[in-house]
Amino acid sequence: MNNKIKKLIPQILTILFVILIFGFFTINAQVNMDNRGIDFGFGFLKQEASFDMQFTLLDYDGQDSYAWAYVVALLNTLLVSFLGIIFCTILGVIIGVARLSQNFLIRNSAAWYVEFFRNIPLLLQIFFWYYAALRALPLPETAEPWFGVTYMTIKGYYIPSMIWENLNVFLSCLIAAIVSIIFIRIYARKLQEREGKQLPVFYISIGLLIILPLLSFLIGGVKLDFELPVLKQLAQTSFIFEGGIALPPELIALVVALSLYTSTFVAECVRAGIQGISKGQKEAAASVGLNPNQILKLVIMPQALRIIIPPTTNQYLNLTKNSSLAAAIAYPDLVLVFAGTALMQTGKAIEIVGITMLTYLTISLSIAALMNWYNKRIEIKEK
Amino acid sequence: MNISLSKIKTSNPITNIYIGSFLLSLAIFDVFVYSFFDLNITSFLPGNLNLFFPLIIGFIGLSFIRMEYSGIKLVDNINKHINPSNFNALLTLLIIFTILKAIPPALSWMVLDANISGDTKAACTGTGACWTYIKVWFKRFMYGMYPNELHWRINSAFILVIALGFVGYFFKENLKKYLALYYVVIYPIIAFLIIYYLISGGAFGLVWVETGAWGGLSLTFIVSFFCLIFCFPLGMILALGRRSNLPAVKYVSICYIEFWRGVPLITVLFMSSVMFPMFLPEDFFMDKLVRVIIAITLFEAAYCAEVIRGGLQALPRGQYDAAKSLGMGYWKMHIFVILPQALKLVIPGIANTFLALVKDTPLIFVVGLAEIAGMLALAKTNPKWLGFAMEGYIFAAIIFWIICYAMSKYSYNLEQKYKTER
Repeated sequence: MNNKIKKLIPQILTILFVILIFGFFTINAQVNMDNRGIDFGFGFLKQEASFDMQFTLLDYDGQDSYAWAYVVALLNTLLVSFLGIIFCTILGVIIGVARLSQNFLIRNSAAWYVEFFRNIPLLLQIFFWYYAALRALPLPETAEPWFGVTYMTIKGYYIPSMIWENLNVFLSCLIAAIVSIIFIRIYARKLQEREGKQLPVFYISIGLLIILPLLSFLIGGVKLDFELPVLKQLAQTSFIFEGGIALPPELIALVVALSLYTSTFVAECVRAGIQGISKGQKEAAASVGLNPNQILKLVIMPQALRIIIPPTTNQYLNLTKNSSLAAAIAYPDLVLVFAGTALMQTGKAIEIVGITMLTYLTISLSIAALMNWYNKRIEIKEK
Repeated sequence: MNISLSKIKTSNPITNIYIGSFLLSLAIFDVFVYSFFDLNITSFLPGNLNLFFPLIIGFIGLSFIRMEYSGIKLVDNINKHINPSNFNALLTLLIIFTILKAIPPALSWMVLDANISGDTKAACTGTGACWTYIKVWFKRFMYGMYPNELHWRINSAFILVIALGFVGYFFKENLKKYLALYYVVIYPIIAFLIIYYLISGGAFGLVWVETGAWGGLSLTFIVSFFCLIFCFPLGMILALGRRSNLPAVKYVSICYIEFWRGVPLITVLFMSSVMFPMFLPEDFFMDKLVRVIIAITLFEAAYCAEVIRGGLQALPRGQYDAAKSLGMGYWKMHIFVILPQALKLVIPGIANTFLALVKDTPLIFVVGLAEIAGMLALAKTNPKWLGFAMEGYIFAAIIFWIICYAMSKYSYNLEQKYKTER
């Protein structure tokens, strides 16, 4: 009995403390909002947003609602995170492997790369790329083409856009190819377990991925045209590129800074993962007669990935959260559009900051849940 | 590739080394002369070949040098460290050539063509960097808009706080048991009082300087220092809470930690500047800087808690069992047995958290506090000093890099030290 009370008291105190804080905040918020004539509610989401965004993936203009502005801004955030994750993974894996190279120069260059980009605050790096490096680019009229058809100018990076005919046929072919690859993989695994035969799954997959979409061009009536960016003169000295897709400098600066910064952390994860595999594994695999490719694919990588993936996902999550720094250089991401412009216009501080935080929280927690599930799945099951 | 090239080799290893080193030095000489003196000695070759000539020559040279054992130390070292295979040789050459190509422009921009004399924009006549700009704005970058004649107050406050931090080292043996008490409770309070009265003034005959004037690198230090000393005790409580077997305490801690870890700092700062005033009583005014420090402390405490929890988990169970078998209660066990050991384990982790904190502080610029990134933005848009964004950001990057690199090396060394001690 005595023991029970002893356990109950701290719990009751904790809950009381939490309730008190929340109660205090709620009452104050109510009083403050009454005084300022603001009412609490999410009705504003349906109102006309009446502000413009420089760069959007979906159609958006000032007449759309705040809710739609939220969706468009969220997509912009996800776009930056997606591009950043791809580039930081590529860079990170290369640098991580390079740090273990037997070549003295490569090893040290990689180490200095990591030390350099890791120890400068991300915000300064973004500012550097946006305000200093990208401002040194040429004006549209003097820009030299990169790869013949793309133009890197001070106003952004202009790339050709694709114009599809019968896009859905092409997409369904692509999906069909992916589905059949999954089935072939399953079949190949069964075949190997039953009869010990190995199918060249990798080559079959690549073949399918190329042939099926190609067939859609030849038979399915799919057509692909490119719209090239063309220089156009607006006034005596003002030029602009028209057509194609324009990637704004804000996006470029963000993606470059985010991927350079995060790649250093990914590189460390990759290095730790590869170093975490004991040498005996490699030697044992070699002694059962596997060739170097098989050793890497069947013995080293599965084990290294188990060490690499959890911390790397954490870094991806950090990158997504760091992408909110976009607000500092006016890239229209969730924070700038919603917690900045929309908040200024509506004055609904609690609702808007709450929604913004909840959005990031949802992304983080769902990825964390996915990670836990994955960790459980790849856990070494001891009998 | 290897086979076809080895056919060219002569049978005599010494001849191979001579030929190889001649070709290699020719390649390096070509790039060196071209990048330092702008002399293209291979201009007679057609277009692309001219560009790739040093690479090809150097590659052949390295493959001549490559051999199992030569007996010459330098050659063996080269073979072992930078020339073990064709692929490595190619990368080696690319790195050497990139460095050679990058040095002259970087050197001329940073040093040779740069200006540092004078104190107006007109003094910058060279094509290189304008360090005059940094020189003129240096005090602003360090102290923000804090009045020039009062800078000694910031300096002396920092010196005092750092000196007090080292006091713990000189504690006598019989005072050692109060060390934790000193660092966790007494030191933060004293440091807070020093910084509050010395930097903001308003008492003891010191002129009041409002927090709006604080800025530059010193503000970065003030914010990160306060956040660290405040988030540490909070993180400790949360870590204990998360490991508690009382469900209410445990889940409240988990919710707190996961909430703050799930949101970006920038939204937390927005919260502190627009949402937080709504939650406070009407006539209660709280300074913006204080609000920001509270927000970052609450945010960072969650990360701190996870680090401390790692330390608590790393302690062997026997420690808990032994303490319990001596009849110690929960608090007695933690204060005298568990925490002293666990906290020692987490010092490197805390150092890393502090490093992340220092790197995060430039963000307070977003809510209008002018620390170094904010001062740079201010200086950049000053009509008298337009067009020096590059110099400003490079300067800030160098300063931050030195601080963060030193800290990361320090925490790495601590980690190695504790690893071997255990």
